[in-house]
Amino acid sequence: MSKRVIIVGGGVGGTIIANLLAKKMRPEIRKGELIIDVISDKAEHFYQPGLLYMLFGLKQYEELVRDERGLLDPMVELHLNPAVGIDKDKNEVRLKNGVVMKYDILVIATGSKPAPEMIPGLKEGGHWFYELDACLKLRNELMNFKGGKIVLTIGMPHKCPVAPLEVTYMLDDWFRQRGIRDKVDYTYTYPIAKLHGIDSVAQFASKTFPKRGIKSEIFFNMKEVDPNKKTVTSIEGTTLKYDLLISVPPHKGANVIEDSGLGQGGFIPTDKFTLKMKDSKNIYVVGDTTNLPISKAGSTAHFESDVIVENIASELRDGLTPFRYDGKVFCFIETGLTKATYVMFNYETPPNPVAPSALIHWLKLTYNKVYWLTPMGIL
Amino acid sequence: MTEAELREIEPTVTIDARDAYCPGPLMELIKEMRQQPVGSIIELMSGDAGSAKDVPEWLNKVHQEFLGVISESDYWRIFSRKIIEI
Repeated sequence: MSKRVIIVGGGVGGTIIANLLAKKMRPEIRKGELIIDVISDKAEHFYQPGLLYMLFGLKQYEELVRDERGLLDPMVELHLNPAVGIDKDKNEVRLKNGVVMKYDILVIATGSKPAPEMIPGLKEGGHWFYELDACLKLRNELMNFKGGKIVLTIGMPHKCPVAPLEVTYMLDDWFRQRGIRDKVDYTYTYPIAKLHGIDSVAQFASKTFPKRGIKSEIFFNMKEVDPNKKTVTSIEGTTLKYDLLISVPPHKGANVIEDSGLGQGGFIPTDKFTLKMKDSKNIYVVGDTTNLPISKAGSTAHFESDVIVENIASELRDGLTPFRYDGKVFCFIETGLTKATYVMFNYETPPNPVAPSALIHWLKLTYNKVYWLTPMGIL
Repeated sequence: MTEAELREIEPTVTIDARDAYCPGPLMELIKEMRQQPVGSIIELMSGDAGSAKDVPEWLNKVHQEFLGVISESDYWRIFSRKIIEI
């Protein structure tokens, strides 16, 4: 009887795992001994980091989207129907159309999404760029912005922890290019006592902010937004007035996770090395869906996927799962519209950004174009 | 609380953020403090010496209770209690 690996989620993690596994297990799939299914609620695969560029008109929608079916190995089954229930005791996934699928191994790659509704008034009074429609709306605001107070706020948890800094530096450059930087009063807020969670990146921001005239407010965690008064207040008791509020809203995991009782907020308790769901032998968790205290980023999902694929293949063939994730993450950091740096780290080695350069910026732009090779399992 | 008392505590939730370079231990505590119910005791394990200072400072700002810290060989165990909704 054939074995079945079901992957819930067709984002970067889910798609890489499906493709790498299909490549690695080709003989078993051909013999009918293994079936790989991807369950996704979307026919389109969207490159989310591209939104940072779309905000400035530097990327168009068509450049950031591909058909998920076209990215998947032909031997992977794609089910375009949302998963609405996961029963870990019965080894079953229930789809919205009523179909129940049984698995031998399950990979949960359902990701996370902004949940501005968690902060009263944020949806009405704030803008964000982590979703397509919201990004286009904010872009429109920016194009018509003639000057005034901009406040950037950050909720927890959120994906891509360097994006708030990137958008700040890029906006600074962009306003200078438009000749209105002197009319923009920009305040970057951050939830803790420094300007970024990574010490070395926080130090970089501390050095560069004063030179660029970027104001900052630390220990600022959004409590509520008053869209009428145009104020945002923190749980620490600080109120800031704004003309344009740009936020990174707190994120939530997929509804199916909480609805199935797998994890609070849609994030699943996960072993940091094996990437198996805690107390489970046959469920792996990848990317934003884990509750691990590491960056929620495509890069994290990418490196985790490599380990998960090796372990699934090894488990199916030999009953062994010897591979361990070492916490590897790599993130580019745009430091404006013409230069970038990067950080690379793992559980043992702290990140340390190199001096920003045009070369790294161009590498990032190149990666934006060739990203599709990543979910295809090539890069 | 004394170290002996802290060692007796059974936390509602423990956050192991010893290898959390990004976004970092305090960020994990903020997330947990916001989603746990009032009365919860949260233990934060951090490998960052700065946490032993930053965490009590933040707890004080948001009027939550700092219970104490245990310094282990290469990490810190920081205990707090959620006493009001935030």
